[in-house]
Amino acid sequence: MDLTEFFDAAAQRMFGRDDERLPIVLDRHRVFILPTGAGVLYCVVLLTMLIGAINYNLSLGHALVFLLTGLGLVAMVHTFRNLFDLSITPGRAEPVFAGETALFTLHVDNRRQEARRSLEFSFGRNRRVLLDIPAGERASVAVPFVTARRGRLEPGRVTLASHYPLGLFRAWASPLLPMSCLVYPKPVDAPLPTHSSSQKNSGRLGKSGREDFSGLRERQPNDSPRHIAWKAVARDFDHRPLLIKQFDGGADEELWLDWNLAPDGRDVEARLSILAGWVLAAERERCRYGLRLPGRSIAPDHGPAHRDACLAALALHA
Amino acid sequence: MPETRRSRLPWRRRAIPAKPRPLLEHGALPWLLAVAVATTLPHAEFLPRWLTLVCGAALAGRAWLWLKNGRLPRRWLLALVVIVGVAGIGWQYRALFGRDPGIALLVFFMALKPMEMSERRDGLAVVMLGFFLLLTHYFHSEDIATGAWFLASVLLLTATLLRMYGGAQPAREVFRYAALLIAQSLPFMLILFLLFPRVQGPLWGMPRDAYAGLSGLSDRMSPGSLDKLILSGEVAFRVQFDAGLPERTRLYWRGPSFDSYDGRVWRASFLSTSAAERKPARIEAAEASAVDYTITLEAHDRRWLLALDLPLLLPGEATLAPTLEVLANRPVRYRARFAFRSALDYTANREEDPRLLRQALHLPHGFNPRSRELAEAWQREFSDAEKISAAALHLFRTEKFFYTLQPPLLGENAVDEFLFETRRGFCEHYASAYVALMRAAGVPARVVTGYQGGELNPVDDTLTVYQSDAHAWAEIWLEGRGWRRVDPTAAVVPSRIERGIDAALPEGESLPALMRFESAWLVHLRSLRYRWEAINNAWDQWVLGYDRQRQHETLARLGMKDADWQSMFLTMMAASGGILLLIVCRMLFRRSKPVPEVRLWCRFCARLESFGIRRAPWEGPLDLASRAALESPELAPLVRRAAGHFAELRYGGGRRDHLRDLRDCVKDLASFRPCRPGGKPAGEKPC
Repeated sequence: MDLTEFFDAAAQRMFGRDDERLPIVLDRHRVFILPTGAGVLYCVVLLTMLIGAINYNLSLGHALVFLLTGLGLVAMVHTFRNLFDLSITPGRAEPVFAGETALFTLHVDNRRQEARRSLEFSFGRNRRVLLDIPAGERASVAVPFVTARRGRLEPGRVTLASHYPLGLFRAWASPLLPMSCLVYPKPVDAPLPTHSSSQKNSGRLGKSGREDFSGLRERQPNDSPRHIAWKAVARDFDHRPLLIKQFDGGADEELWLDWNLAPDGRDVEARLSILAGWVLAAERERCRYGLRLPGRSIAPDHGPAHRDACLAALALHA
Repeated sequence: MPETRRSRLPWRRRAIPAKPRPLLEHGALPWLLAVAVATTLPHAEFLPRWLTLVCGAALAGRAWLWLKNGRLPRRWLLALVVIVGVAGIGWQYRALFGRDPGIALLVFFMALKPMEMSERRDGLAVVMLGFFLLLTHYFHSEDIATGAWFLASVLLLTATLLRMYGGAQPAREVFRYAALLIAQSLPFMLILFLLFPRVQGPLWGMPRDAYAGLSGLSDRMSPGSLDKLILSGEVAFRVQFDAGLPERTRLYWRGPSFDSYDGRVWRASFLSTSAAERKPARIEAAEASAVDYTITLEAHDRRWLLALDLPLLLPGEATLAPTLEVLANRPVRYRARFAFRSALDYTANREEDPRLLRQALHLPHGFNPRSRELAEAWQREFSDAEKISAAALHLFRTEKFFYTLQPPLLGENAVDEFLFETRRGFCEHYASAYVALMRAAGVPARVVTGYQGGELNPVDDTLTVYQSDAHAWAEIWLEGRGWRRVDPTAAVVPSRIERGIDAALPEGESLPALMRFESAWLVHLRSLRYRWEAINNAWDQWVLGYDRQRQHETLARLGMKDADWQSMFLTMMAASGGILLLIVCRMLFRRSKPVPEVRLWCRFCARLESFGIRRAPWEGPLDLASRAALESPELAPLVRRAAGHFAELRYGGGRRDHLRDLRDCVKDLASFRPCRPGGKPAGEKPC
């Protein structure tokens, strides 16, 4: 724990206040301010300069030291102002796999007539992101959080800090935002189960799912670039969105991804990882698949929504 | 969960990396280079040439590397350069500690630091060093130009910090913000400058080189000691007379007087400076001839103060020496102000210490036989000392003596050669020859040095006395009448006393033009120059000369009589706190007033809420109007009208009458009564 973290925690303990009403406005109860190392150095330099000015009777030296003293005080107010009266609304966070970086979107409103510069957002020791907001505008920022384990991730307090303008002070606020993000188990590449306890024929589908061309549809962000109908796009590039070739096949074959099919002798997390890998593989193979967990099962289907539902079930498995 | 639990163990905690230190942006480097240049450049003139070259090369090289995106030199190479450079500085100054080598080292580090900058805190180090280097400028000069440079540099340094911590932004905006910050800190500077309890330095022993380069009268007079001073354009002191200015010919500013002569050098004898067995000087003067004035004396590192001949009242920290010059208790090392009262007509020491008189008759044996002979002839001829003096002056006046600052060199019998052969010289020659003649003729005499005249600035009525007004004259002691001033130079060139040294000099020999503008062709610039001098004087008096005494005077004038340092400190804190509070209130708690149409529209929407129509935050005026039409048809025309006006004002080229219409809409809504229950619960507002 370095000094900054110590002060953050101490200030939060002593003066912190959690008012869960949204949007969260950084009023004077929420914004803390302390000199930085640079600020302390500045102080020491000023003291040395003052002693020098007195010793050599430098009148301009006195003036310089006094001007810089004033500059330090003014910088304090300006640093505080850089955070003061911002209003923060939590946005959404897309689910990620464990080990990946979750991005929590925050919408920040600058309701004042002055631009805010170099606002630093971070969760704990995660990487910080910088944000500038022009006067009177709203900006969104995606704050990263490196996930470690599956489940529902509540990132805790987001730290909003600013050293602007002179770096002599650090103003910060750590509001607790009601946000969460689903973290799926980290998928492990594993061969799909060939034999299944499914009612119908086994779900191995081979290539058929990729060959029966059934039509075109608009591209969704999640689609593989391999399926883009480049020829169709090239014909009328300006006026048409990217199109995706859709394939049929295998829709009638069902595959059950069963908790019990995962290799024995592994712990829960490893099994969930394997199941997550299967879900992804099955979705890639474009077959209908169902998920059976102890105490829960999801009927066979396919498509991104179904995949997400399966992954969510895995993520939240007790 | 397992991971988190493990990470709480102290030895695991360290494994989580702390956030990396911020790096220095590529775009911030030119700013830092500008800081390095701005803070080192004024030192260039005072540093050894080689150091200036090395520093310039290092900065230019860094700029080039920045342009070319080149690799920085390796660390060992830098270390080598630093070692060599530091050794060079040590060799140059024969020291590494002290004022000048210290400055040289700081400049050297400042020039080299950009060569190894990668993190933001390296940039910070440059800026902090820059602040410190700014202070060291003032060792050399504290004039108005330096003051302007000081403000500009602080602006640049602040802008650089802004750039470092604020990311890429247009330079204009950076400077504008920096200017705002500095403008807001100016009130603090004023308050602190006025009220911070001043301590008269030094706090500890000063380095020996601290007072190098101060000029002024010397404690001896040897041939050629005054002419260097006369050629200097520096200000010696400034005088403010309480009443009018006395005649120019009576402005003799008395410095050290010399009564010991070894044939070449005039010195003050032991008697004239010793405090022991001193008889107090007795000066009789007519009150009518008394003048009161204040002298602002430049530092000259000597004890004597320059009072008008002769002082009656002295400042507290000074005494009158037996030879009538004013001596401060300690050398004058800072510009200081002294208040005097002097009598222009006086009788001084009617009764004189016989030892002093004996000293004032002493001449070394074996020198100057011809002048001795002449003086002895006068002594036989005239019984009266005054007549002897008149004969000597007559000699200067009638023989072909020339006033020049470039006299020929004199040999062993300096007085003889000057009186009978070369006959060319300036005040020190005349004074010296005259005193030698008087002594040889049995009249007690001594040389007095000081300044004569001065220049009145009509803008602020200040008399400025330059080093070039340095002068030497003589004093003789007359039985029963005490010491009387005799100026032999005046006998040769009356214009020296009446109009100043420039008038006395022959054609083709003049002082530096900048020093004396009046050399004919720049006459019309004179008023400008006077104004500039007045500003300079005000700067010297109020900014540079703001010391303890000034502070007390100023505070007394502002209503704080006899302020001690505690009360000054408290007032200072209170005043700065007040200013800070003002800035905080202005910046944090003053909401900007919304434009009138927005204010009206918000009021309209607020009233609309009482009719059950609540505007959603994202809803535009026209959308609201169409929704209102569905929810409450009888309100629809009014809402539509208001929304139309608002949209026109806000997004179209709205005019003044739209604003009036919108205001009418708000009023109409206030007086609106729904006539049939429906759109809203009817209980609240019966019709």
